[in-house]
Amino acid sequence: MENTIVKAENYNSYFGDNHVVKDVNISINKNEVIAVMGPSGCGKTTFLRGINRMHELIPGATSKGKILLDGENVYDMNAIYVRYKIGMVFQRPNPFPNLSIYENVVAGYMLNGLKVSKADKDVIVERSLTSAALWKEVKDSLHKKGTFLSGGQQQRLCIARAIAMQPELILFDEPTSALDPISTSSVEALFHELKANYTLIIVTHNMQQAARVSDRTAFFYMGELVEFDDTKQMFTNPHDQRTQNYITGRFS
Amino acid sequence: MTPLENELTALKAELASMWILVQSQLNKAKEAMVQYDKDLAREVLIKEKRVNSFELKIDRDCENIFALHCPVAIDLRFLLAALKINTNLERIGDIAAGIALYVVESSVNFDVAALEKTSLIRMYDEAINILMDTRTAFEKEDTVLARSIFKRDDVLDAINDNSPNIIAEIIKADINSLPEALYILSIIRKLERVGDQAKNIAEEIIFYIEAKILKHHESGNMQTPKEGE
Repeated sequence: MENTIVKAENYNSYFGDNHVVKDVNISINKNEVIAVMGPSGCGKTTFLRGINRMHELIPGATSKGKILLDGENVYDMNAIYVRYKIGMVFQRPNPFPNLSIYENVVAGYMLNGLKVSKADKDVIVERSLTSAALWKEVKDSLHKKGTFLSGGQQQRLCIARAIAMQPELILFDEPTSALDPISTSSVEALFHELKANYTLIIVTHNMQQAARVSDRTAFFYMGELVEFDDTKQMFTNPHDQRTQNYITGRFS
Repeated sequence: MTPLENELTALKAELASMWILVQSQLNKAKEAMVQYDKDLAREVLIKEKRVNSFELKIDRDCENIFALHCPVAIDLRFLLAALKINTNLERIGDIAAGIALYVVESSVNFDVAALEKTSLIRMYDEAINILMDTRTAFEKEDTVLARSIFKRDDVLDAINDNSPNIIAEIIKADINSLPEALYILSIIRKLERVGDQAKNIAEEIIFYIEAKILKHHESGNMQTPKEGE
C-alpha cells in the first residue's frame, strides 16, 4: 500500500533461546498514531525496539523476518541511519545532563558529527521546540541545563530532540509513565499535533491513554500480535476474547 | 472478581429488582382495573415513588461507574444498555400508575363484556408476559428470547389497531358507556406503549451482549451504518 510507512513481515525477536516476539505481521500508515498495549512481558517493547534496531544492541538478542521502512528492510540498512530515520522517546525523560536545552535539541547532529551552521542550528532548535510545544516556555533559557526543566518539560525536550533529526517515524516507549497527570496531558496533546507531520507508535500500559490518543491499537499477548484494529472498535467491541479480557481487566 | 465486575453485578441485581417492582405495579394495576379495586389502585400510585427512586439510584450508580472505572467493550455496552433499560422501566412504571389513576378516577366499574370485546385482558396479559420475558432474557443473557419479543409486540399492535372501531361500536350501542369506553381505549393505548418499551429493552439486551444495533430498523436484524457511510 502506497500510504504504508512501516510494515513488519513475519517478524520475530529472541533473547537467546527465548522467543519473545512471534511472527508479527503489521502494516502502519503515514501520519497514524498507533498504540501498542499488552500485559508486561508480552513483547511490545521488544517489538518497538526491533523497528529501529535497538533490540540487537542487547547481548544475545537476535531477530528474524523483515521490518520495512518505506518498503526497504531496515535490517539491510545501516543501523545508525535507521535510528536517524526513526526517532525514539523513552519512559523516563533522559536529556543529556551536561548539555543545555539548546545543545540537547541538536545533540543528534553533534553526536553524529554532522556539521550544521549556527544559523541552521537556531532554526532547528526553534522549529523542534515549537513542534514539541516547549518553545514558549524555554525560549529565554535555552542555555540552561535541560535537567532544570520539570519532568513533563524534560520529556517534551526529548521529543524535540527526536523531532530535530526530522525522522519519518517516532517510537515512544511508555512516554508518560513517569509523568504527573498535567504533564501527561500536555504530552498527549502534543501527540495530536505531531500526527500532522509524523507517524507515531506508542507503547503504553495506560489503556485510557491508548483510547484517547491513537487511531489504531495493537494488542500483544505472549509475543503474538493478537489484534490490530481501529481504536474505537477495539475499545467498544474487540474481536478477540483475549483482547476483551485484557481491556476489561478480566485477565488471569 | 474485579471491583468493576462487583459493581456491574450489583447494578444488574438492582435493575432486576426494579424490573420485579414494575411488573408487580403492572399486575396490580390490572387487578385494580378488573376488580374495580380503588384501594389497590391507590397502592400502585403510592409505590410509583419507589419506581422513581430506583430510577434515580440506578442513574447515579451508572454515573459513578463511568467516572470511577472507565468501562470499555462489553462493560461499556452493559452500562449504556442499563441506562436505557432503566429509563424504559421507569416509563412502564408510569404507565402502570396511569392505569391505576383511571381506576381511581372512574366512577363506574369496567364492563366485563367491553373488556372481552376489545381483547384488553388478553393484551394486558401479553404485555405482562413480554415484560417478564425481557427480564429473563436480561438475567440469562438470552438474545434468542430477546429477539422473540419483537414478534410478540406485533400482537399488542394488532389489538391496538383494531380498538378504535370496536370502541366506536360499544359507544354506538350505548352512549352512556362513553366515559368507560374512552378509559378502555386509553388503557389499550398505554399497553401498546408497554410493548414498545419492552421492544426497546430487548434491543438494548441484544446490543450489550452481541454489540449489534437493532433500533430504527424495521426488520430488527440490521446494524446501523458505520461512520462516514
